[in-house]
Amino acid sequence: MKQTRLMTAAIAAAVLALGAAGWLGVELLRGQQQSAMFQVGGPFVLASSAGGTVDSATLAGKPYAVFFGFTHCPEVCPTTLYEMSSNLAALGEAAKDFRVFFITVDPARDTVAAMKDYVANFDPRIEALVPTDDQLKQLASDFRVYYAKVPTSDGGYTMDHTATIFLFGRDGRFAGTIGYGEAAEMRQAKLARLLKG
Amino acid sequence: MKLFKEIAFASALSLAALFTLGDAQAHEVKLGDLVIHHPWSRQSPMAASVAAGFMTITNTGKEDDRLVKATSEIAPVTQIHDMKMEGDVMKMVELPDGIVIPAGGTVKLKPKSLHIMFMDVKQQPAEGTSFTGTLTFEKAGTVTVDYEVAAPGADMGDMH
Repeated sequence: MKQTRLMTAAIAAAVLALGAAGWLGVELLRGQQQSAMFQVGGPFVLASSAGGTVDSATLAGKPYAVFFGFTHCPEVCPTTLYEMSSNLAALGEAAKDFRVFFITVDPARDTVAAMKDYVANFDPRIEALVPTDDQLKQLASDFRVYYAKVPTSDGGYTMDHTATIFLFGRDGRFAGTIGYGEAAEMRQAKLARLLKG
Repeated sequence: MKLFKEIAFASALSLAALFTLGDAQAHEVKLGDLVIHHPWSRQSPMAASVAAGFMTITNTGKEDDRLVKATSEIAPVTQIHDMKMEGDVMKMVELPDGIVIPAGGTVKLKPKSLHIMFMDVKQQPAEGTSFTGTLTFEKAGTVTVDYEVAAPGADMGDMH
């Protein structure tokens, strides 16, 4: 009788252990999948509108945001940058070490000088970065960003591009996104959370 | 064609009158069966070489018409564009066939949607000023309109 009880207990323990191992395995796997899914961004060293270059390695401890666009953009880019400017103004001191990088997907037209004039319209914490064609390809792959040249009838072109703002925390890790057209309160809350973290 | 010119001239005159009388009221231009309501633009970033124009066009007639061409005094190239979001990607499309204004219907050119695109703008129009442009419709002909320039980032939506 006592033996049977012992056996039952042992079996139960084994089952529990197996279950726990299985659960752990699944959780680990899920964790891996999640981190794989959320791996956005990568190291960069890019020419800056503020002069010199910006090296992502020097951003440790500072939260930052990355947005891709171009200056011949009538709608999404200026709107996003105006909205970001008003967010930064509202956040005030809390955002004093926050940096926003506007990276052009049109380096053929958007030279460092052109980008400098363009970002002068916005909050000084917004800085423009100009990649080379190869750097842009690498960035697009690292940030999972889409961009494409679309010809227009006058012989010129416009650009299609991902309009998402990518947020990075003080630990340098990807911390979420702000989508185009997101409500002002939502944008503000996301930035406030990023700056606190 | 003479008629169109006269209409354009009359419209321009009435528009001028409207402005002289004060522009507290949103302006409106009539061209045949078409009513063009409150053409506006907004101040773009100063170094930008593009700007966009918006308006509401109503067709009170029994036949469809089509906006086929636009020009403006601020840009050597003016096109008719659509913008849409596909997922998180912003896509711009030039509409070489223009925009159909259906009989009895209203089409809104507005931010994040259909718009007149001013390209290679040399001098960005400032908030509070206005600039002129023309719109050419397949049937109704050509009319001159005045775009009022709103604040940067303005999204006047249904306000007007």
